[in-house]
Amino acid sequence: MADEAPFQFLHNEVIQYLFKSAENRETENGRNVTKLENMGFRVGQGLIERMTKDTVRFKDELDIMKFICKDFWTCVFKKQIDNLRTNHQGIYVLQDNKFRLLSQLSAGKQYLEHAPKYLAFTCGLVRGALSNLGVKSIVTSEVSIMPACKFQVMIQKM
Amino acid sequence: MSRQSNRTTDSKKMNSELFTLTYGALVTQLCKDYENDEEVNKQLDKMGYNIGVRLIEDFLARSSIGRCQDFRETADVIAKSAFKTYLGITPSVTNWSPAGDEFSLILENNPLVDFVELPDTHSTLIYSNLLCGVLRGALEMVQMAVDVRFVQDTLRGDNVTEIRMKFIKRIEENLPAGDE
Repeated sequence: MADEAPFQFLHNEVIQYLFKSAENRETENGRNVTKLENMGFRVGQGLIERMTKDTVRFKDELDIMKFICKDFWTCVFKKQIDNLRTNHQGIYVLQDNKFRLLSQLSAGKQYLEHAPKYLAFTCGLVRGALSNLGVKSIVTSEVSIMPACKFQVMIQKM
Repeated sequence: MSRQSNRTTDSKKMNSELFTLTYGALVTQLCKDYENDEEVNKQLDKMGYNIGVRLIEDFLARSSIGRCQDFRETADVIAKSAFKTYLGITPSVTNWSPAGDEFSLILENNPLVDFVELPDTHSTLIYSNLLCGVLRGALEMVQMAVDVRFVQDTLRGDNVTEIRMKFIKRIEENLPAGDE
């Protein structure tokens, strides 16, 4: 078991690296978020593979989402998702009231414009995890007051 | 891993695989961005430095360790305390130079390389070079200029992973610390 600090520092450094390289080329901003998201995707794939190797088969989509909210989130962020909502048509909203990667930044609206950078990796993490469980999805994030945030998972029907 | 969530209150511990995999993703990205191992090594070192500069504060705040009297004590703190806290391993300290200004850290199982295999096309890549930057940055913040580099790496076929550390000089207090 490693300590949590190295991951947080590394995560910050990754963000710094990706966005500093594009400071003078504003149009590249979108591409950097994509890069960050793709890195998360790979990590999510690897993590879920290791986590689920001894678990029983999931019943359905909802069962998978519950696993993400409980076990996966606990494994990565040491807490569960606080609220899971769904419209039963393939859209899930995962709410974390004290998201770990934001909790050091601010408690309010300060630095709100930087929040998306700190969520892109996690969006990818969730998408990668789901993808390895056979669920294709689009994951987006939303913050109105830090450190609370919402992740919206849109399941793509195959 | 069991399906039962283990709600431990010890929030400081985190699945180390997350760190390993994230680091792997970073190195992969750097290799794509630079296409030159030397540049990747340099970038990893730089990022490590930035981390080290901050990590030292976390370390000092949590460990209640005071100023080191000599380089031997520094080596001890790094191996037994810092590596233990952050990576969960305790490297051995060996190969002291007669003057006592140089030593080696032998890493038994480097957690950064848990799932890694280097392809032949990256023979000059120093995969864990981030660690050198971290050590250099952290020590610089406690007024020690140190040269840190990998001399052996199991990823490249060596028997052990060895980091060589060489004390250069004590940084004077009243000078501003060098900025990257």
